[in-house]
Amino acid sequence: MSSLRKISCKTIRDTVERLFLEASTDLGKDVLGALKKAASAEKSELARFAMERIIENARVAREECLPLCQDTGMAVLFLEIGQDVHVTGGNLYDAVQEGVRRAYRKGHLRKSLCDPLSRVNTQDNTPAVIHTEFVPGNRIRIVAMPKGGGSENMSSVTMLLPTAGVDGIRKLIVDKVRKAGPNPCPPTIVGVGIGGSIEQASLLAKKALLRPLGQRNRRDKRLAKLEAETLKEINNLGIGPQGYGGRATALAVHVEMIPCHIASLPVAINIQCHAARHKEAVI
Amino acid sequence: MKKPKSIQTPLDDRVCRGLRAGDRVLLSGEVYTARDVAHRRLYETILRCKKIPIPIRGETIFYAAPTPARPGRIIGSMGPTTSSRMDPYTPKLLEVGLKGMIGKGKRSAGVIEAMKKYGAVYFGAIGGVAALMAQCVRRAEVAAYGEMGPEAIMRLTVEDLPLVVVNDVQGGDLYEKALYLFRDGK
Repeated sequence: MSSLRKISCKTIRDTVERLFLEASTDLGKDVLGALKKAASAEKSELARFAMERIIENARVAREECLPLCQDTGMAVLFLEIGQDVHVTGGNLYDAVQEGVRRAYRKGHLRKSLCDPLSRVNTQDNTPAVIHTEFVPGNRIRIVAMPKGGGSENMSSVTMLLPTAGVDGIRKLIVDKVRKAGPNPCPPTIVGVGIGGSIEQASLLAKKALLRPLGQRNRRDKRLAKLEAETLKEINNLGIGPQGYGGRATALAVHVEMIPCHIASLPVAINIQCHAARHKEAVI
Repeated sequence: MKKPKSIQTPLDDRVCRGLRAGDRVLLSGEVYTARDVAHRRLYETILRCKKIPIPIRGETIFYAAPTPARPGRIIGSMGPTTSSRMDPYTPKLLEVGLKGMIGKGKRSAGVIEAMKKYGAVYFGAIGGVAALMAQCVRRAEVAAYGEMGPEAIMRLTVEDLPLVVVNDVQGGDLYEKALYLFRDGK
């Protein structure tokens, strides 16, 4: 048992602000490494041209502190809150929203949220999407993930037949990536959530995108195998970087799984563009 | 690598006819940004036989909404959004003279047919290289629908914007060609 620890809303707000500012301009080393490796495998001129520009963009964005992509995303957050944390000085959710508001204002990031019907912009990129989970301990882990709309539009949940099996799942994933084609800005990362209820599958697929890029599922060998086989099939589709033709349609497939109802087999597929942005901190 | 062709907006028939799917181009001149709601508004205005707030004959639309410019800069980061969302409104714009479109991703059969009919070209801009792409922008100003914030129509003056021809006036399609040439891991 850890002892009770106070964490102020101000600390939470400032951390959220910093993480979104960093995530928008500084591409993770794992992503950059995977992009460079993928670039070296391309034979076609157009694929190489696209990959070189993507890699060069990451350098310019980091050096000049500019957003990597004009779509600075919906602000998605994962908070793992130690059960021995006492949040002081206000409301946790308000503090997170204020951190997002400040980051998008200070960083000159695009405000991309609107009323679904009138399409009137909310002006400050809130409300952010906040997922919370309680864990042992007295710290808070915050993961900030700006998620672009183009790749999110190519994502889905499918309720497969319970007997579809691993083959059915593999076919579904490859089919969704084929149909998405050039739209989600390949090379992409494909997050897959199998099982649970419809909303759990979606959340699992999104969380799968946060795994260090290319690391195989370590809990279940069947899933590690599914990841490797699916990635190979996807990269044989020919779509390639930006759909210009080539090998690198996806950089990785990450699959996570939890038990589901005997009548169901939910499979969520969350596609992430090559600007795979996320930063985390523990406070 | 084959040298990219330099082209200038407004585009004319001769230039458009000379472009083939897969060609790399460097585009210079004025382009207009417009995305979802701006398209619906332009479309509805044309249907009502009213004048739209931007010139359209020979012009090029860039499906984009940049990030806000930092003080002292011309523009923030800028790149293409997914073009297919503009498909329902595009044939009408082509009919009234739109010649070039810049975006990313597949177009509908209806748009591709209208491009052939009216002699227009669809260019692919690489998605997610927005810090780099913004370096090609020399001037940026709001041209219409300013109240829509990031979704306003902006007039940009660009220099040597690197693009790839995706759909040409003859019906050539880079994405289809790519699948044919590279499928099965070729």
